[in-house]
Amino acid sequence: MTQDHLTHLRTLEAESIEILREVAASFERPVMMYSIGKDSSVLLHLARKAFYPSKIPFPLLHVNTTWKFREMIAFRDRMAEEYGFDLITHTNADGVRDNINPFDHGSSRYTDIMKTAALRQALNAGQYDAAIGGARRDEEKSRAKERIFSHRNAQHAWDPKNQRPELWRVFNTRLNPGESMRVFPLSNWTELDIWTYIYSEGIPIVPLYFAARRPVVERLGTLIMVDDDRMPLLTGETPHDELVRFRTLGCYPLTGAMRSSAASLPEIIMEMQASRTSEREGRLIDSDQVGSMEKKKQEGYF
Amino acid sequence: MSLANALTADTDLDLWLAQQTDKSLLRFLTCGSVDDGKSTLIGRLLYDSQLILDDQLASLKKESRNRTTGDEGIDFSLLVDGLAAEREQGITIDVAYRFFSTDKRKFIVADTPGHEQYTRNMATGASNADLALVLIDARKGVLTQTRRHSFILSLIGVKHVVAVINKIDLVDYDQAVYDRIVADYRAFAEPLGFKTLATVPVSALRGDNMLAQSPHTPWYQGAALVPYLEGIDTAEDRSAQPMRFPVQWVNRPNLDFRGFSGTVASGQVALGDEVLISASRKPAVVSRIVTMDGDLDRAVAGQAVTLVLDREVDVSRGDVLAHSGKTPEFSNQFQARIVWMSEESAFPGRSYLLKLGSQIVPATITDLKFRTNVNTLEHTAATKVDLNEVATVTIATDKPIAFDPYASNALTGGFILIDRISNATLGAGTIEFGLRRAQNLTYQAFDVNRDVRSAMKGQAPQIIWFTGLSGSGKSSVANLLEKRLTAEGRHAYILDGDNVRHGLNKDLGFTEAARVENIRRVAEVAKLMADAGLIVLVSFISPFVNERRLAREIAGDIRFVEVYVDTPIEVCEARDPKGLYARARAGEIKNFTGIDSPFEAPEHPELVLHGAGHEPAVLADELHGWLKI
Repeated sequence: MTQDHLTHLRTLEAESIEILREVAASFERPVMMYSIGKDSSVLLHLARKAFYPSKIPFPLLHVNTTWKFREMIAFRDRMAEEYGFDLITHTNADGVRDNINPFDHGSSRYTDIMKTAALRQALNAGQYDAAIGGARRDEEKSRAKERIFSHRNAQHAWDPKNQRPELWRVFNTRLNPGESMRVFPLSNWTELDIWTYIYSEGIPIVPLYFAARRPVVERLGTLIMVDDDRMPLLTGETPHDELVRFRTLGCYPLTGAMRSSAASLPEIIMEMQASRTSEREGRLIDSDQVGSMEKKKQEGYF
Repeated sequence: MSLANALTADTDLDLWLAQQTDKSLLRFLTCGSVDDGKSTLIGRLLYDSQLILDDQLASLKKESRNRTTGDEGIDFSLLVDGLAAEREQGITIDVAYRFFSTDKRKFIVADTPGHEQYTRNMATGASNADLALVLIDARKGVLTQTRRHSFILSLIGVKHVVAVINKIDLVDYDQAVYDRIVADYRAFAEPLGFKTLATVPVSALRGDNMLAQSPHTPWYQGAALVPYLEGIDTAEDRSAQPMRFPVQWVNRPNLDFRGFSGTVASGQVALGDEVLISASRKPAVVSRIVTMDGDLDRAVAGQAVTLVLDREVDVSRGDVLAHSGKTPEFSNQFQARIVWMSEESAFPGRSYLLKLGSQIVPATITDLKFRTNVNTLEHTAATKVDLNEVATVTIATDKPIAFDPYASNALTGGFILIDRISNATLGAGTIEFGLRRAQNLTYQAFDVNRDVRSAMKGQAPQIIWFTGLSGSGKSSVANLLEKRLTAEGRHAYILDGDNVRHGLNKDLGFTEAARVENIRRVAEVAKLMADAGLIVLVSFISPFVNERRLAREIAGDIRFVEVYVDTPIEVCEARDPKGLYARARAGEIKNFTGIDSPFEAPEHPELVLHGAGHEPAVLADELHGWLKI
């Protein structure tokens, strides 16, 4: 390294590493949320860098709704084996018992039970005092104003009116009993930063991000991939193969595919720069109601 | 017209990606009220950098009808109007971050709207900014608010300022107007010591001097705003400063490796450098600079690395490594300026937790020298510091810490103050200089009082008064609560019949007058103990309303919690732990409460605990939760 000035990606990388180390040094029971998506992949990569040559000193938690793409689960298990991190998975057993699914119960109720409530269960069960997430401030309006170290009360709720001022890089990590912290090391990254970093570092990501022929149906203008035979088909619907990829990954019935031939990272980045629609558009959760993300966050969703 | 990131089929992808990766990052802050056109300016920057998506653009054009628009038919301020909507919901958005980039640089904008809490918001936004844009409406010139913003920028140490003279189109692009405002502003701002101070006439709405020099202002020879922001070098400072490496985390994967992880705060550290450890003053030589991508020969400011030293030395989180001869100050006293950010005022003598880098120590404001009026810069005497006020103070920490004056190093000279009870962030400070022992503090600057003592203990003193029948469970609950508080590091003490009747009150009998005197003395003792900073648990049957009222009056302004342990007499009598009910029934004890003497149940106790059917542990939990100690 000959230059004295760090490029913006190196600056972002170093800041995220500093945040991850601060979590490890300041909290008794931290955990890192692992959603298996591209942001989680970057977070995992940064955590490996932050603690090298030590292993990541906290577990990774995956909240499994049971409706994730099969390729995501396979990728998750491969990463855990390759990098040797401690993987915890949690599924809301009550939801499974009641057969809660996105088709019969609607995306809002399904998300409440299988994601938000499940996350709360997992965090309570582990008595985690800090949960690291991959959210970015450029993603959504309510995130633009959230702290990097974001305080949660004993009910895991966020109080946007009462955030702690966050100056320099001096983070107030102190908690009262029962309270916890959500920590967002990728706060200052943009979607383009994520992709260029994945490209320049050669970070593995789930193949679903790359275009391939996949079985889909078109429903209410959204392309849904038929990932397994649990998906009830409406009359007149027949899955057909199309060249598609995903811009974000979640539960397959709630994640819209986009028609694309981008099969490499440069092509993805080029397509993203040209497409000019917002990233969360492919997520059906956000459009349920106006201001929905803020509401979910106050209830404890990531 | 667009700034950046334009990709076409002809673009050389590898080259383009290399450019994206190699851009530098500039963080800046925007100051100015809504009227100065701040929203329009930010909206324009987002629009020009193609960050406005197609669907947003369509609805934007629709909304922009009937509004002041530029040539594109868009009211750019609508792009950041989410803030206004949120204000209506009563949410204070102190800082929102926005992102855009050009071919040369990536930008993060800290947008700090709102008038009321401006000092706090600006300080927060400015703390991570390399540069600030100070917007000035060309029609209004330099206002009080402009001066206040500029002072706060200097306080937080933002070194680069651009005064943006906006709405220049509304004064007919008149050079005389511009020159007069620039002269006014420079006269005020130059003493504040900014490293660079540029001025530019713009119309954010029409795009004049935003991306390129405007044909409407041929008299302006400087760079347009965006090219100026692309070109300014703000990063040079940190690598040239003395090296500071605050140890964040000790990296110990196995017995063969012991490294110290942290981010180089300033300067650079190279292989073979001799470094000194702040706390022990012991030297060691850097033998490896470890990263996952391979060892480095040197690391510069901003890099997160792990250092390995050549010998076994005592280093832990909070230590600062530096080159010998260029070490930080290491002391427990310094003078600082603080910005107060809490509704609860700051007082000399009160104890806080101070966090600076990775060091966290108890600290006390030992002297409040003066308050600075942020509008006039006048100094005034003060006994406390309120929300959004700025003051100059001396601070003593419980043990020495490593620091630099803020002016020479923001990352090792800036700190926050944390409430020891609520853990809220109360204020931020910038160190002016260290104080030597010879210049020692005058501890007489404040009176030792209950606030000071309770702050030292990190707890709110109070009296918890248990009333209820004999055998109702008062003492069991009080005992469990005391254990729990003690386990949490609180200082509590139980006053009950046994430890008072046998000593202090052994001269008292059981006549009515003696019972009143008994309660009076207990209440006075409880008050003294609370004044000393203790949490006092009083467990007395105290059957009469008047006695309990007396105890509450004696407590004065100390928090007094009356807890009625409501257990039916049949249950108490069945328990009869000391065999007293049996003796009372047998006529051996006279005036026994519940048998031949009344118990006046409290009408408005703070809390009622139902002693029948609940274990004392459950009741103690309920009480503990309710008290929120």
